[in-house]
Amino acid sequence: MKARVTVTLKNGVLDPQGKAIEGALGALGFAGIGSVRQGKVFDIEVEGTDAVKAKAELEAMAAKLLANTVIENYRVEIVD
Amino acid sequence: MKSAVVVFPGSNRERDMIAAIEKITGHRPAVVWHGDHDLPKVDLIVVPGGFSYGDYLRSGAIAAREPIMGAIAREAERGVGVLGVCNGFQILCEAGLLPGVLMRNAGLKFICKEVELRVETTDSRFTRGYAKGQVIRSPVAHGDGNFRTDDETLKRLQDEDRVAFRYVDNPNGSIDDIAGILSEKRNILGMMPHPENLIEPLNGGTDGRPLFEAALAAVA
Repeated sequence: MKARVTVTLKNGVLDPQGKAIEGALGALGFAGIGSVRQGKVFDIEVEGTDAVKAKAELEAMAAKLLANTVIENYRVEIVD
Repeated sequence: MKSAVVVFPGSNRERDMIAAIEKITGHRPAVVWHGDHDLPKVDLIVVPGGFSYGDYLRSGAIAAREPIMGAIAREAERGVGVLGVCNGFQILCEAGLLPGVLMRNAGLKFICKEVELRVETTDSRFTRGYAKGQVIRSPVAHGDGNFRTDDETLKRLQDEDRVAFRYVDNPNGSIDDIAGILSEKRNILGMMPHPENLIEPLNGGTDGRPLFEAALAAVA
């Protein structure tokens, strides 16, 4: 089973890297960018076929390690 | 006064820390490996700087989940002093032993220079050797030193007199110019600057010395 955990910065948390990317995109001539926020994607292969159980396990992984919940939100999806 | 320095894969300031402690106490601290589950009985535990696990995932994130951290949390709960410097501060925050998080420097550059710090409280075993408001020099060397908390936590840190040091001229964008904070019980100090690198005149100054002298004498 393939899963994807997406970690993003919470609203209001300063993202200097996103700001730098935003500036670079502007410098490349891409117009009309409101803002850029940088995040992380984890593609995880999980053994077994129980999607509910896998999702619960992945939620625990995200809360315990993949995201720092002081500044980040996370989303868990079972891809297939 | 016994002490221990905890080493993770990628720590690189442990030698400076060991040398500083040895210089001041005349005794070599115990050196503890990250995979150990127990600590020797000591009065001060130091988590030194470096790039544990290459800063993978987030600075300090993987080290913070290592077996030795459980032992550090237990000792801290008993009132043993814990000092985290630079990556050590990041690890203590990631482990939840200190509040907040250290994010990428606001200017995105790695900063390696000497800065001035203002001592904001003398009410701790680490800072009682200074005068309140005293300005000391200290080197910094970090890419992720931008301390952030939510407003509620920041207010608690301020109200409970837990800001140990502030930058005189904020180099990294840290909220409220914070360079170092204390735990609720005031026995854990995390700071980004490196006091262990200003111990003897040969280092170019001795402004870091009172911190270690006080912390290493705190428990008779």
